[in-house]
Amino acid sequence: MSPRPFRLRKISNPAVISGFKPYGNKKNGGKTESVFLHLEEYEALRLCDYNMLNHHQASVLMDISRPTLTRIYARARQKIAEALVLGKQIIIEGGKIYFDSEWFSCSSCGCYFNNPEKQEEIKECPLCKSTNFSNYEPIHDEPEESLTRCNDICICPDCGFEQPHRFGCPCKEEICPKCRHNMVRKGTPHSRNF
Amino acid sequence: MKVAITSSGNSLESKLDQRFGRCGYFTIYDTETKGMEFIPNANKDAQEGAGPASVQLVASRNVQKIISGEFGIKIKSLLDSLKIQMIVFKEPEKTIQEIINMLNS
Repeated sequence: MSPRPFRLRKISNPAVISGFKPYGNKKNGGKTESVFLHLEEYEALRLCDYNMLNHHQASVLMDISRPTLTRIYARARQKIAEALVLGKQIIIEGGKIYFDSEWFSCSSCGCYFNNPEKQEEIKECPLCKSTNFSNYEPIHDEPEESLTRCNDICICPDCGFEQPHRFGCPCKEEICPKCRHNMVRKGTPHSRNF
Repeated sequence: MKVAITSSGNSLESKLDQRFGRCGYFTIYDTETKGMEFIPNANKDAQEGAGPASVQLVASRNVQKIISGEFGIKIKSLLDSLKIQMIVFKEPEKTIQEIINMLNS
């Protein structure tokens, strides 16, 4: 049996720098070893820690599964911690990735174009100079809904009211609309105690 | 700024080629000097890898935009990393002259 094909990780923002260098290293006589932080690990760190997304949202943006994202993220933190503790330099490169950018469609000439320079905003259609353009999603494979829905259910331990669980909202912070009690995840050992 | 337009022939009356990797000619147009140049595409009849080879050809001329009818999946990520803007224009009847007029308008 052949193994499951490797999924390429989608990167939307390439790193602005190619690495970090430590200074003031007293041991090793100034020689520094390097840690190679892959671009996918950089991207996971950017999405989770800089953009403050949860792992599920980040995994949808990178077009990989949530467990894979968590593994990549853990690896990124491990590498950065190693660099900090052992005084190694960080080099951001490599990884099995592809780049992606935002696409727009122009309604006056009917063309589609992308924005390769993320920092700059597009002001006009590059072809006909009209400002009559809008965001365009080439393939709408995963609608927004998938970000907020899974098959889990929040249940109220007091009155038994159930509602679909929302991603990023811990069940214990959900309030039961009927009896104002904090809810729990249905099916977990904790919920069986009630 | 230089713009590459995929063309089926080597004159201003030729039509926009709907393929990128296997187009007939690349028109390199400079929007500042109004100069232009037709480069025959050597990868036209290539078995495979026509797209990346064409990207290399176009990128060596320092273009910042490419106008074509379609871009393959390999090309998109390559051009994204090179920061070249892709413009998909699905109008096979447009001539190179008309597209240049649009760029100048």
